[in-house]
Amino acid sequence: MSANVDTTRSDSQLPPVEPPTDAPHGRRRTHKTGFGEARPHWLAYLVLGVGLIVVTSPFIWMALSSLKSEGEIRQVPPTWFPEAPTLDNFRELFDRLDFPQFFTNSAVVAIAVTLGNLVFCSMLGYVLAKSNFAGKKLLFRLVLGTLMVPGMVTLVPLFVLVANMGLVNTYFGLILPFLAAPFGVFLMRQFFLGIPDELIDAARVDGASEARIFVQVVIPLAKPAIATLGIITFLGSWNNFLWPLVVATTEDKYTLPVALALYSTGQHQTDYGLLLAGAVVVVVPVLIVFLILQRYFVQGVALTGIK
Amino acid sequence: MSAQTAVRPGEQVPPSRTDPYAIRKRPPLYRRRTRAAWGFALPFMILFLVFTVGPVLLSLAMAVTDLRSRDLRNPFAVEFVGLDNFIAVFADPIFRKAAANTAYFVLVGVPLTLCLALAIAVVLNSGITRAKTLFRVGYYMPVVTSIVAVAVVWRFLLHPDVGLINEVLGWVGIDGPNWLASTTWAMPSMIAMATWRSIGTLIIIFLAGLQSVPTALHEAAALDGAGVWQRFRHITVPTLRPTLLFGAVITGIGYVQFFEEPFVMTQGGPLNSTLSVAYHTYNQFGFGNYGYAAAMSYVLFFFVVLLALVQFRLLGDRDTPRRRRRKPTPVARQEIGR
Repeated sequence: MSANVDTTRSDSQLPPVEPPTDAPHGRRRTHKTGFGEARPHWLAYLVLGVGLIVVTSPFIWMALSSLKSEGEIRQVPPTWFPEAPTLDNFRELFDRLDFPQFFTNSAVVAIAVTLGNLVFCSMLGYVLAKSNFAGKKLLFRLVLGTLMVPGMVTLVPLFVLVANMGLVNTYFGLILPFLAAPFGVFLMRQFFLGIPDELIDAARVDGASEARIFVQVVIPLAKPAIATLGIITFLGSWNNFLWPLVVATTEDKYTLPVALALYSTGQHQTDYGLLLAGAVVVVVPVLIVFLILQRYFVQGVALTGIK
Repeated sequence: MSAQTAVRPGEQVPPSRTDPYAIRKRPPLYRRRTRAAWGFALPFMILFLVFTVGPVLLSLAMAVTDLRSRDLRNPFAVEFVGLDNFIAVFADPIFRKAAANTAYFVLVGVPLTLCLALAIAVVLNSGITRAKTLFRVGYYMPVVTSIVAVAVVWRFLLHPDVGLINEVLGWVGIDGPNWLASTTWAMPSMIAMATWRSIGTLIIIFLAGLQSVPTALHEAAALDGAGVWQRFRHITVPTLRPTLLFGAVITGIGYVQFFEEPFVMTQGGPLNSTLSVAYHTYNQFGFGNYGYAAAMSYVLFFFVVLLALVQFRLLGDRDTPRRRRRKPTPVARQEIGR
């Protein structure tokens, strides 16, 4: 069953793959039907291409400029391609800042937050979707209701709480507040709703306990949703900025965005080359992960509509 | 509890001979299932109550007191002040300025983002076959990028002398302003950034919605002589209404809380021209005016809810909320069913 899901997943979650133009049911996509579909496709490509250039040019420019010397970055008029590509900016960045430490901090926090969310959200999402019990509606409303609460409402009470627990400037302080996110419950519930009741009932009739059904029947079916939630949560945590900025008070607990932010507003504000190199170091790993796993993001958005 | 037991859907016991038996039998099963379900819910709920619900309530409690940061060591000195904080918020000229800025940002930013995303999604869906993934991935890239890195890059792009944007404007003979230092242009720069960052999510939502627009309708309308624009206006938009509403609501919720862009780009300046309500709240927390800031954060919460309601009124019809929630189900079902 799980193998079956695996093989079909790629074409069911994405917009359907275009059939070859000579296939009979592909007719409406071809130029020949006359339903106004003979619209010049080059125009569509032109519009999309221009848009794509506008949207991605900041990234391209960032990558290219991080290879320029400080002098060339300040040059008027600005150049696109580095005249003398150099890795000096990166070398200096790694000399001055403890990047391995920031990287480790970001990774530890993001992995812990992701694992926690996967376990807790899928458990609650499962019972909200597939079980009837006293208090279910109340639970669901409580969890969904907080999706709309602005982060500003909880920021300071949360900080006071974490401070009272003695968790300021600790990994626990960075991780615990994000372990149970309503978004994950919503996503997992939406996915579990689509699992046929018959499967679960069959397992119940066979005498399996709820825990066993969850681990052996439901979780294997939910691999796509778990992958989606995992990646979205991981990158959300990796990019999270405000909370680590407030909670991490010494350099050994800084995450990458915090380090870059403090660096870019502190005494190095005008070391443009270094800042751009820092931005590349923060962005590129994320973009690589995203490019490899992009279909899961698409699925997550299509399932819940929330990034 | 017994009432709920009776209406439980999808679990009918054969009615004929088992009725009295079932009545005896069901409650224990239901109780057992409730116990199991709460066991599943418990880990999440403990963390959720402590780290989310708790702070929300605590914040509300703060909002009706005169709590300041120095009172934390001596909580008994704090006094209940009722709605005084809320009155003070609305009397605060900086708050009014921030509210006007936020309204500007939302009223321009949300329609702009929606229209651009819809246009791109429609073109992407218009039957092009090649490079679809490339486009989708390209437009989504800003969504997964850290705001801090975005800020570094955009500060350069918007730089008056060495910035790419003014350079490009120079090609067509426009002398670009000093974007971030101008009280007129700082806010449009923020809107452009926010649009750039949000458009990818909306494109994917709209693409998913566009899949559900029946092609038969388009074909019939085309046979009757409807043009591309007419079909967009009278077929695509009405069918897409729930999706549009959903997109508008999530974009609106995000934009009302507008904070990160000015925080990393302008620190609310110049002359408070990019100070948002969320940013003002953050500053007040920073100054230690906890009660006052908490009240303001609830005002912000109120506006989030208000905006969502207004959008439901404008774009929705009565059954939209339900359709919105159900919509994702078929996607998941297909996936399992195959």
